[in-house]
Amino acid sequence: MVTRRELDEGLKQLQDMLIHMGDIVEKALEEAMASLVNLDADEARRIVAEDPALNRIEEQISESGARLIATQQPVAKDLRKILAALKIASDLERMGDLAVDIAKAAIRLEGQTLIKPLIDLPRMADLVKTMISESIRSYVEENVDLAYKMAKDDDQVDTLFGVVFMDLAAIMVENPKSINQSMLLSFVARYIERIADHATNIGESVVYLVTGKRPDLN
Amino acid sequence: MGEKAFFTKDLSVYYGEKQAIKKISMDFPSREVIALIGPSGCGKSTFLRSLNRMNDVIPGARVEGQIWIDGRDINDPATDVVLLRQKIGMVWQKPNPFHKSIYENIAFGPRYHGIRDKKKLDEIVESSLRKTALWDEVKDRLHRSALALSGGQQQRLCIARSVAVQPSILLMDEPASALDPVSTAKVEELIAELKREYCIVIVTHNMYQAARVSDKTAFFLMGDLVEYDTTQKIFTNPSHRSTDDYISGRFG
Repeated sequence: MVTRRELDEGLKQLQDMLIHMGDIVEKALEEAMASLVNLDADEARRIVAEDPALNRIEEQISESGARLIATQQPVAKDLRKILAALKIASDLERMGDLAVDIAKAAIRLEGQTLIKPLIDLPRMADLVKTMISESIRSYVEENVDLAYKMAKDDDQVDTLFGVVFMDLAAIMVENPKSINQSMLLSFVARYIERIADHATNIGESVVYLVTGKRPDLN
Repeated sequence: MGEKAFFTKDLSVYYGEKQAIKKISMDFPSREVIALIGPSGCGKSTFLRSLNRMNDVIPGARVEGQIWIDGRDINDPATDVVLLRQKIGMVWQKPNPFHKSIYENIAFGPRYHGIRDKKKLDEIVESSLRKTALWDEVKDRLHRSALALSGGQQQRLCIARSVAVQPSILLMDEPASALDPVSTAKVEELIAELKREYCIVIVTHNMYQAARVSDKTAFFLMGDLVEYDTTQKIFTNPSHRSTDDYISGRFG
């Protein structure tokens, strides 16, 4: 059995960087939500400041992928693994941006009190956090079943998004003074929902990696 | 698939007791490039050579099964092998021009097949050299020795020589493996041009060349045809594990 050390090591590095990005995104979402629930603007500003680190890893993945394609001429599954990694990195980078958007919402709420205790938004975020870690695990394990599970989880997130949005709309009708904050919280719900869409995209990339076919899970 | 140039049915070749290729059935579309790939000894060159009965001259070689071209099985004893090889040209790994002038290398085939008219021969020489993108490089020295050409030019001359007798199929056995990268690129470009008129079957050890030049790829392993599909499918998502391992450079 001939091995391809250089290529295999490159693929392993890509995978390690993706795992690292996944961890960062998961943590960013968790901390952004905490800063919102606690209305802790300082914490939120720290999260915003950390985003460039995630972008740098995405650039590294992009460069490593290009280098492997140029120097190792990967084909078939090796090629799909690199293409999937590039796509996943771009999804994770967008997820990081959305976590930052949540932190920015917390900053804009600085000095206010919340119009209602946040219950469903953290529930959505918890679901989505699990999706992030499971989507990355599906890549590492090349686990198609877990990748398809993203679609189901995404439906749940969408349902919760609908509930949150209707609640906030009702509050706006009752209390026009809350419109500003309600709008902001609706945006946050939307950001979380978008993160779930990106996790679902990761599931699609994993199905492509394993089967060569591109499903539509969203 | 468009029009079929030819097809094989249950084609087997034996060298003595050893079965080198095993009951291969394949369709070859017109005006497409088909690459045959596989590790050394997989049978791809044997298969290629059987397509214009080059195995006839190998002692102990025995062919079973059929190769259908123009409604006839070429393994039929009544086949005129000379006419067959006019229809199915062969380009070898190392350029093998005749020890003659550039002009005579091209004119040899048509003259052999009965064309005597000087003007007609001139036309064939020019059009064959144009088809192989050699005309501009050699038009001022047509009567000088072909051996003075560079390796890459010699190989294109050999392709021009095959083209001169108006074949419908061109077989190429590692046509660029002895060439430098620039000459290789020229030959590959030429293959892309020539497929407008001919069905081209190419054996190559260079998988990336197969990926670049061919429309369809066949993967051979130990005399079996493991997988035959569009080149895009083979190189992005092959159906067989052994194909994936081979093209990924993980065995062989």
